[in-house]
Amino acid sequence: MIQTTVNGKPQKLDVDPATPILWVLREQLGMTGTKFGCGVAQCGACTAHLDGQPIRSCSTPISEADGRQITTIEGLAGPEGALHPLQQAWIDAQVPQCGYCQSGQLMSAAALLRDTPKPSDEQIDAAMSGNICRCGTYERIRKAIKAAASGTER
Amino acid sequence: MNKWSRRGFIGAGVLTGGALVVGVAIRPGNAVDKLRGSVAGGEGEQLVNAWVKIDRDNTVTAIVPHCEMGQGAHTTLAQMLADELDADWSKVSVMQAPADGNYVVPDAARDFVAAWSLDAPKWLEPTYNGLFTQISKLGDVLVTGGSSSVRTTGQHTMRLAGAAARQMLVAAAAARWNVPASEIVAENSMLVHKASNKRGTYGEFAEAASQESMPQTPPLKDVSQYKLMGKGLQRLDIPAKVNGEAMFGIDAQVPGQKLKYVAVKAPPVPGAKVEAINTATAKAMPGVREILNMGDFVAVVADGYWQAQMALNMVEPRYSRTEGDALDSAKLSARFAKALDDAGDTGGTSLANEGDAPGALASAAKKVVAEYKVPFVAHAAMEPINCTAWVHDGKCEIWTSTQVPLMARSAVAKVLEISNDDVTVNQLYLGGAFGRRLESDYPVQAARVAKATGYPIKMIWSREEDTRQDFYRPADTSRFSGGLDSSGKPVSWNNAFTQLNGPDGSWDVAHYDIPNRSIRHAPADMHLRFGSLRSVDHSQQGFFVESFIDELAHAAGQDPFEYRRALLSKSPRHKAVLEKVAQMAGWGTPLPEGTGRGIALVKSFGTIVAEVAEVTVKDGKPRVTKVWCCADAGYVMNPDGFAAQMEGGIVYGLTTALYSGITLKDGSVEQSNFHDYQMVRMEDAPSVMVDVINGDSKVLGGAGEPSLPPLAPAVTNAIFAATGKRIRELPIAKSFT
Repeated sequence: MIQTTVNGKPQKLDVDPATPILWVLREQLGMTGTKFGCGVAQCGACTAHLDGQPIRSCSTPISEADGRQITTIEGLAGPEGALHPLQQAWIDAQVPQCGYCQSGQLMSAAALLRDTPKPSDEQIDAAMSGNICRCGTYERIRKAIKAAASGTER
Repeated sequence: MNKWSRRGFIGAGVLTGGALVVGVAIRPGNAVDKLRGSVAGGEGEQLVNAWVKIDRDNTVTAIVPHCEMGQGAHTTLAQMLADELDADWSKVSVMQAPADGNYVVPDAARDFVAAWSLDAPKWLEPTYNGLFTQISKLGDVLVTGGSSSVRTTGQHTMRLAGAAARQMLVAAAAARWNVPASEIVAENSMLVHKASNKRGTYGEFAEAASQESMPQTPPLKDVSQYKLMGKGLQRLDIPAKVNGEAMFGIDAQVPGQKLKYVAVKAPPVPGAKVEAINTATAKAMPGVREILNMGDFVAVVADGYWQAQMALNMVEPRYSRTEGDALDSAKLSARFAKALDDAGDTGGTSLANEGDAPGALASAAKKVVAEYKVPFVAHAAMEPINCTAWVHDGKCEIWTSTQVPLMARSAVAKVLEISNDDVTVNQLYLGGAFGRRLESDYPVQAARVAKATGYPIKMIWSREEDTRQDFYRPADTSRFSGGLDSSGKPVSWNNAFTQLNGPDGSWDVAHYDIPNRSIRHAPADMHLRFGSLRSVDHSQQGFFVESFIDELAHAAGQDPFEYRRALLSKSPRHKAVLEKVAQMAGWGTPLPEGTGRGIALVKSFGTIVAEVAEVTVKDGKPRVTKVWCCADAGYVMNPDGFAAQMEGGIVYGLTTALYSGITLKDGSVEQSNFHDYQMVRMEDAPSVMVDVINGDSKVLGGAGEPSLPPLAPAVTNAIFAATGKRIRELPIAKSFT
């Protein structure tokens, strides 16, 4: 039995401890915002946070989450549903196209801004280059991160 | 029966309870009755026509017959409808049309194009002769592809629906208020008669409007009257795409049912069969329910997807031998070369023959010869191929992301040997498609597995399966011989290539003033499955043609921009786009050592696009830092959405140009996942500057594809400018290892 917390809610999970967190979220908990892209930690579509640190949930077994906190895209907004500044910036910059990679993009960006409130272009590249977008929204992501970062400062 | 006709375009039906319902019927007669159950909601709602529903609470629902895969069609089509309707945009929402034959896409019927207010677009002709003819012939034509949503469905039905509904609402208000219709102003979903100080919402008149006669040719707005069209309105689907709520095919649930999950593996060589499988280990693994040898693939059914995939890895299928086993990339390339050798200077199928190209070449002052190659390319959409299916009681229901829901329905019905009416397709958002989801292989596969299990299943392909079982942009080789006169002007253009899939005219250079042209197709077979990939043949032809014109410019000792410009005297819109992009990019201004600019110009899907790429070659690697893009799509309905499509096509094109190369060994695709099939990432992404010229508001061009074709040649031409190194084979990375 794995005991973990997902978006603030305690969960007791009777699953094979080797199961990747991604599939526990999607299949056991019905939280489909976290996406499957490659299965080998190459694309970032499955990015979630474990104790605040970005992880590739497709390649991280649920056993690693035992006694720890998982945050997913569904938990990025505030408790009253107030959008995270990055979510608002994503809407303002009209970032998503197909939208499939954007959960992962937002979770990577959220981790970046928490540790580096005002990232340089190089820091954005370093933090975001693990997340592939086939629709080509990179430049809008960059703009949105910067907009959210400057908003945080205000 | 059901001969296509312009008459009966807007029809009427009677709703239960006696109210009249007005619908846009594609076919003569009344198609509304069948649709009512799918699109009419609760009490008090009126189906004003098949593409617009106005509720009593004054909300407007645009019913859009295209899928949303990131191209923004849902928003832009709604925007076009709402403008003609003079609706309050804040009250407009979008609904995906059900997968029903009555929602056919209008470009499927050539003589059906609404011709009274807008010129019938000329681009329709070549498109019909290409890929989409094949699709429309099947009669299953709910298609999203060919960069066509706005310029066909939008221009020819959504606007019409909005205009017709508006006219009926005005007529209803005129009747109730007993005033002339001409004195009523319709604005922001309100009807106002100033003289009598009467006002009412659209919702209040929805029911009464349904009693009015149907205008068959409602006047459409002139550009000067547009209120929403031409504005960069925010996409309606974006809020759900930043909080995890948006439901993609892979997120599908079957109401009231617990799904089992399926992992599949098909033979790596196309056409091979699964001769044997070893189930001993896999069967004993946790959660595994069934291991199925389906003949052309293996399926493992388990309680969870990960369990299914782990077990599949242990199945060790043995495959039959095929002729394809002996093929590899080098042999295919040799096959293409032989086809071109055999065609020689005049053989093959002639596609264009103007003047006397061989004669003009023989007498030219200077001769330039070049050969270009491109490899197979996989689509690599972020959402791996997947489909959820449930077969029970002689019926099948599927949940998936597809560009062709009706074709998927037919394909599933056929393989299950049931009627189309017994198949329901639930369409979800597409996590990218780029042409891959024009194929119906995966709904068929899922339906077959679901038939075997009897319980609902969700089939998900691994990324490896997605990469290796694609329908590929074909490899191709193109040869050119060009002749220049003593001033450097091209007088002869000779070209032959091996792959021709559409749209027609992708090889065309008629916009350039080159008097003698011979363009030929020398077909060569390949054993991988052909698939449409964003811009289809233009994706390679843009590279071929715009590389060679660049080589001619350099052979003539002239500036590549000025050289092209001088050849565009009879193509003023091309010329304007080219000049604009050169101005945007500061063409001709000095650049540091190791940095170069390249320019390219391609018209595709009705849109002329010119791009300038700026490339720096440093430490033996090219880096594309900036791309300027100018496009003339006739008239841009949503400038921000259009810019997003230009940006997206450029980044997609950059991955294709820099990295994409599917190679074959022993008949199998060698690449498997993103580590060996590389994508442009944030660190590679250039800044993209987009501007548009609205050259003709009557005939619109597409948005989803046209920015891709000029990108590769703009980059390789820039690499030449920076280094003197001419890249004649893609991907570019191959030349920098």
